[in-house]
Amino acid sequence: MTDMPVGERKQLAPPTDDSGILGWMRKNLFSSWGNGLTTVVLLVAIVWILNWFLEWAVFTANFTASTGSECRGQGACWALIREKFRYIFFGSFPYEQHWRPLFAVIAMLSMLVLSADRRMWNWRLLVIWGVGSFVTFLLMFGQLHIPLSLFLVVALVVGGIGMAMRQGIARAGEMNSYRALAAIGLVGLVLRFIGILPAWKLSIAPLSYVETSLWGGLPVTIILATYGLAFAFPYGILLALGRRSNLPLVKGLCVGFIELIRGVPLISLLIMASVMLPLFLPSGTTIDKFLRAQVAVILFAGAYIAEVIRGGLQSLPKGQFEAADAMGLNYPQKTLLIILPQALRVVIPPLINTFIGFFKDTSLVLIIGIFDFLNTANQALVDPNWAGFPGEVYLFAAFVYFVFCYSMSRYSKYLELELNKGTRR
Amino acid sequence: MAVEAIGSSQRVKVAPWNDPVIRGWVFQIVVVGLVGLLAWYLVSNTMENLQRQKIASGFDYLGREAGFEIGDTMIEYSPASTYARAIWVGILNTLRVAVLGILLSTILGTVIGVGRLSPNWLLSRICEWYVEAFRNVPLLLWLFLFYKLISEAFPGPRQAIGAFWNTVFLSNRGLYFPVPMEDPIHKWMGLGLLVGLAAAVALHRWAKRRQEATGQPFPSILAGIGMTLGVPFVVWLAGGAPHHMSWPELKGFNFVGGTVIQPEFTALLIGLVLYTSAFVAEIVRSGILALHKGQSEAAAALGLSRGQSMRLVLLPQALRVIVPPMTSQYLNITKNSSLAIAIGYPDLVASINVTINQTGQAIENILIIMAAYLSVSLSISAFMNWYNKRIALRER
Repeated sequence: MTDMPVGERKQLAPPTDDSGILGWMRKNLFSSWGNGLTTVVLLVAIVWILNWFLEWAVFTANFTASTGSECRGQGACWALIREKFRYIFFGSFPYEQHWRPLFAVIAMLSMLVLSADRRMWNWRLLVIWGVGSFVTFLLMFGQLHIPLSLFLVVALVVGGIGMAMRQGIARAGEMNSYRALAAIGLVGLVLRFIGILPAWKLSIAPLSYVETSLWGGLPVTIILATYGLAFAFPYGILLALGRRSNLPLVKGLCVGFIELIRGVPLISLLIMASVMLPLFLPSGTTIDKFLRAQVAVILFAGAYIAEVIRGGLQSLPKGQFEAADAMGLNYPQKTLLIILPQALRVVIPPLINTFIGFFKDTSLVLIIGIFDFLNTANQALVDPNWAGFPGEVYLFAAFVYFVFCYSMSRYSKYLELELNKGTRR
Repeated sequence: MAVEAIGSSQRVKVAPWNDPVIRGWVFQIVVVGLVGLLAWYLVSNTMENLQRQKIASGFDYLGREAGFEIGDTMIEYSPASTYARAIWVGILNTLRVAVLGILLSTILGTVIGVGRLSPNWLLSRICEWYVEAFRNVPLLLWLFLFYKLISEAFPGPRQAIGAFWNTVFLSNRGLYFPVPMEDPIHKWMGLGLLVGLAAAVALHRWAKRRQEATGQPFPSILAGIGMTLGVPFVVWLAGGAPHHMSWPELKGFNFVGGTVIQPEFTALLIGLVLYTSAFVAEIVRSGILALHKGQSEAAAALGLSRGQSMRLVLLPQALRVIVPPMTSQYLNITKNSSLAIAIGYPDLVASINVTINQTGQAIENILIIMAAYLSVSLSISAFMNWYNKRIALRER
């Protein structure tokens, strides 16, 4: 081979041109015989399916019928969606009050969108969630009665965290105000518990009261997922820290809890919450069905979030823990100022994926009779006037879920790139 | 002096409230005490409530007559059977759908994951949209959709679609097809299958050793399939080849005879497989992408075809990245099979749910659910951990 004269070597063809549309097609669709065949077969299949789908969904579809029987024998019956979309979105909420769940959804979505902005990741986040939650629940319930104990709990928590976090940093005056806050909260709660303080309530009642059994549709799905995660987040952090702690009893409790919850399906927890929570409470107390589902979702989400956060904690080098100890920081300071800010940064994208999972999984609450978005869509099919068009309703519901979940997964991808800018080359 | 102090490392005396060891124990005792207090509070409330509502406790009810129908059973069951039997039927149904779901979604997911990496732009785009469509919509919605489509798109039993000279019938009651009549030879054929399988595994091992030693390949996969199927066939022939079949026949409003794949089971299996395979596809894709590009280039330089390099070089290495997340998908399938209750497939949760409603004994039943799912989950985890260890990189 090597001693063949240059002139007698076989002339190779010039490399194929892969610029321009034709070149792109040659490279990506027809690079070989098998490849070209695949392309042709797939194209034929796509055209065939699209043709059938468009025929059904657009050309022979009925958008204007007033009962289901007018739709028979034709394509898709989108008139059903037109007729039922307010029920699918808002459930049995009083019809003329539908603006309330609508604005509640808008409030929650703006809360979520604002929290997605990195410039808000500081004290502003607390304000956004405080205002957003207040507006949402005021609109949904119509009336809020905030008991005194809630304010006392907040005072105790804020005072306690302040005392722990600012120990050895704050001036005496600031420290004393935290101590006073915590003391007021603690003393007040004790007095309230033994019955010296009466059950004062702060009542805000601008609208008519709507109980949770009438809630339905999209607001229910978003509330269950958002507040499920919001409450599960701090408690998942505690579980993750407990699992990583070197105190054997605490570690054992956390590992046992996490593995137990992760080992069983959400449905069994929901059934448990709906039949066993009432048994757990002193006789005579009733617990709202919606709240039972929310408690089950929170318990479930906490265990999964704990595992995600544990991943972030494990990714930190040991030096960070040792350096914080060497600085003389106490455990809350070390955790909240040094460890968590770094650990959470790593796990934000997987946390969003967890949230997408819960957004989908809240649909299971229909098993215990709560009217979330999927359940209201399901109920829309029950109407005998419109029987027999499940495909249309489910496609519509699937589309709504898809819009939510897909945009969140895009955001999580974007964030992953954005947060890794510093470490990526 | 200072050097000595570090070397001898005498423990510094501190006040007991500043000693981290003592603090740790105090903290732990407080936490355990609080948890115990909460548990005691809940348990005592529960006891009181149970007594007040006159609900019995204990597992005695398991031996009583269940009294409810189950539509789809793998073992003998009638309403006269016990609750324990009803729950066991549910567990078997859960296992059946979980095992089939795991197998099928692994296959479909791998195909789609590899398809996403195809050089064919159209194919990779289609696989990408498959993944996005299925994993961004709740599984329960897919289950409802497939179930409604099956029960509404197919005709009733009287207008059933007959195929293969009217031996197989498809209707909204499911797919009916003929099965061989019960015969004692079937047990021996099952044994033969196991023997054939064991022989095939042994042959494959021998062929691998020979190829490693001499370089000569042996078609052990084909021979193995032949042995696995051949041994039971020979047993069947030796047993006089009984060929009486039970044929499905329309009697009254439904078919009698043969066997049936129920629409609930079909919808559940299709939904689970399509949904989970989207996640499996992403795991497979990221496993392959995690490999260094040099691996596929080296395989190509050795003259392996794309299929060969995938099968012999890329997938075995990617498996190491793939197996741990795959384990959690397998656990998810098992847990997600509990959604069966929404479309009426009688799995474990469905059986338990009826039992709770009839007996009122929620706590015992919830304990059974948790024990059953935990033991299935732990066995899957144990098996996958064993497999993971087997394929892990052996560093010399």
